[in-house]
Amino acid sequence: MNAPLVSVKGVEKRFPMPSHFLQLKKPVLHALRGVDMNIQRGEAFCVVGESGCGKTTLGRVIMGLLEPSAGEVHYEGTRIDTLGEGDRRPFRRKMQMIFQNPYASLNPRMNVAKTLAEPLKMLGDGMSAADISAKIDDVMAAVGASKEWLTRLPHEFSGGQRQRISIARALITDPDFIVADEPISALDVSIQAQVLNLLSKARQERNLTYFFITHDLSVVEHFGDRVAVMYLGSVVELSDVAEIFERPKHPYTRLLLSAIPRIGGQAFSAERAPGEIPTAVNPPAGCAFASRCPLAHDRCRVEMPVLRDAGGGAMAACHALD
Amino acid sequence: MPLLEVDNLEVSFGKHQALRGVSFTLEKGERLGIVGESGAGKSMAAFAVINLISEPGRISGGSVRFDGRDLATLPPEELRKVRGDRIAMIFQDPMMTLNPVLTIGTQMVETLQAHREISFAEARRIAIEKLDLVAVPSAEARFDSYPHELSGGLRQRVVIAISLLCDPEIIIADEPTTALDVTIQAEIMALLIRLCEDTGMGMILITHDLAVVSESCQRLAVMYAGKVIEEGAVNAILQAPQHPYTRGLINALPQMNSRGGLLTQIRGTMPGISELPEGCAFHPRCDFANAACKTAIPELRPLGAQNVACIHAGALKETV
Repeated sequence: MNAPLVSVKGVEKRFPMPSHFLQLKKPVLHALRGVDMNIQRGEAFCVVGESGCGKTTLGRVIMGLLEPSAGEVHYEGTRIDTLGEGDRRPFRRKMQMIFQNPYASLNPRMNVAKTLAEPLKMLGDGMSAADISAKIDDVMAAVGASKEWLTRLPHEFSGGQRQRISIARALITDPDFIVADEPISALDVSIQAQVLNLLSKARQERNLTYFFITHDLSVVEHFGDRVAVMYLGSVVELSDVAEIFERPKHPYTRLLLSAIPRIGGQAFSAERAPGEIPTAVNPPAGCAFASRCPLAHDRCRVEMPVLRDAGGGAMAACHALD
Repeated sequence: MPLLEVDNLEVSFGKHQALRGVSFTLEKGERLGIVGESGAGKSMAAFAVINLISEPGRISGGSVRFDGRDLATLPPEELRKVRGDRIAMIFQDPMMTLNPVLTIGTQMVETLQAHREISFAEARRIAIEKLDLVAVPSAEARFDSYPHELSGGLRQRVVIAISLLCDPEIIIADEPTTALDVTIQAEIMALLIRLCEDTGMGMILITHDLAVVSESCQRLAVMYAGKVIEEGAVNAILQAPQHPYTRGLINALPQMNSRGGLLTQIRGTMPGISELPEGCAFHPRCDFANAACKTAIPELRPLGAQNVACIHAGALKETV
C-alpha cells in the first residue's frame, strides 16, 4: 500500500466540563477515544455517525483547529499536530475545510472577491493583484458562479450559492486535501445534488482527497470510497463503501443501515425500544454500544473492543467477531 | 366523506401569497405526507389547517372542512376546542415545544385540564397511560422529570404523548424527526405509524424527505412555491412521477446506482413569494417548459392514479 496522505494515530480529545468545586471526579467529555485511520491520496474518505460521535471534532483535529489531547496527526509523513503557526503555514495551503453552515462560515461584511482573496493574502507569498484576480476567476468558474457575484455580500445569496462560495474559497489555495464537514446537510434536496455534483467534479479535475463528514449514509453510498463509522468517540467499523453496505460487520453499523429510510424501504416497519446514546462525559468502561447492542454479553461491559480485521478488507471493533 | 377536506386554501402576507390554493383531503386513519423544500409552504399549509396563521398573514381564501364546519372561518373560542383536542400538532424541535422549567407531568396535566374538567389524579392517570403508550420507559418516574433530563428521542416521545392526551382524530406532525438522529428517527416514525393504526387517528406528516413519506404514508402531496403540484397515492407517485419537479426531486436523491457518477440536478432555486414568475412557478427550472408554461398557471387535474398540475403531464412519458 502507498504511504497515506493523512494519517491519524491514537488521537484522543478530552474537554474538561464545568464542575462543582466539591466534586471529586471532575467531569471530562471524551470526544475522541483513540482514533486511528489512514487516508489515501485521491480517495473520498467518509466519516459517519450520529450527533455527538466525535466526527466533527476529528475533522477539526486533523485541520489543526483543535489540539489533540493525545496521539498524532501526520500529513505526507510529517507530524503536523505539534507544529507552530509559522511551520504549519505550508500545510494550510494544502489542507482546506468546508463547513456545514454557509450562513455562519462566510464573513457577512466581506464581499465575495475579498472572501476569496483572503486565503491567498494570508499565505503571504506576495501574489500580484492580477494573479489573485486570475485565481479568483478560475475558482469561480469551477464552482459555476458568475462574475457579478464578486461585488456582492453573503446575505444576497441563497444557501446553495453560499456553499458554492465556501467551496471556491477552499479551492483557491490549490489544496490536495479537503475536510468537508456536513457540506450539504443545511441545504434542500435539489440543491444538495448541485453541491454534491460540484464536489465530485472538483475532485476529478483537481485530483482532490476528501475527508467527508456526514450523518447521511445514502450520501456515503453515492460519494465515498471508504468509510469509518464512529460511535461515542471511537471508530467501530472501517471499510470499503460497497462492502459496508453489502456486509456490515458491527451491530451499530447494521442498526444504522436498517434505520435509513429509502423509497419503498422497510426502515419503520418494526417498532424499536427507545435507544439512547450514552453520554460522552465520563463514558462507560467497555464497549460504548453495549447498552443498545442485541449481541452484548458480560465482556462487552468491561472491556473496550479494538479495531481488528473483520474479513472482506473491513475492520470492526466488536467482541462478537471473536 | 373525508375527515378533513382542504379546498383551495390561500394565505396572504400583504399583497404576496404564501399559499396559492392548496387542496387535499384526509380520510379517517389515513396518513398523508406533504413534501416540499424550504419555503414551499408545507408548514404554512399545516398551520393554516388549524387556522394558526399570525399577523400580518391571514387566510385569504378557501376552506377547511372538518366535522361539518369550516375551520377557516370559525371564531377563536370554537377553534380552541378543536386545536389540541381533536386536531393535535407536534413540531420539529421537542426542546422548543416543552417548557424547560415545568416537569413533564405538570405540562401534561395542564394540557388536559385546559380541555377537560377533570381532577389532578385523573389527569395524572391519563398522562401516565399516554407516556406508556409511546413507550417511555418507567413512565411513572418520568412524570416528575424535567425536559432537560431526557434524551432528544425521549423528549419527542413525550411531545407525542402530550399530543395524544385528548385522543385526537388528526395529528399534524411538522418535521417531527428532522432534529433527531437517523436511528431515533426510525423509532419515532415506527411509533407514529403504530399509533395511527391502533387508534384510527389520521396523520398529516410535513417533511422534506421523500423517503420518510414513502415508508410511512399512504398518500403524498408535493408542494412547490405555495401550491400542491402533484398529489395521490405514495407508491403511484414515487414509481411514476408525472410532474417534472417531482421527477427531479426523486432523481436528485443519492442512491446506490448513482455511485461514482453525477446526480441529476434541478438547476436554479425555488422563487420566494415576492418573486414568483408569471405562469407555472416551476417553468424557469423546468426542462420541458415552453411558451404556454409562461402564461398559464396549471391547476391540479387527474392523470392516472394521481392529480398533477402541469400542462405537459401525461405527454412526458416518452422522455423518462
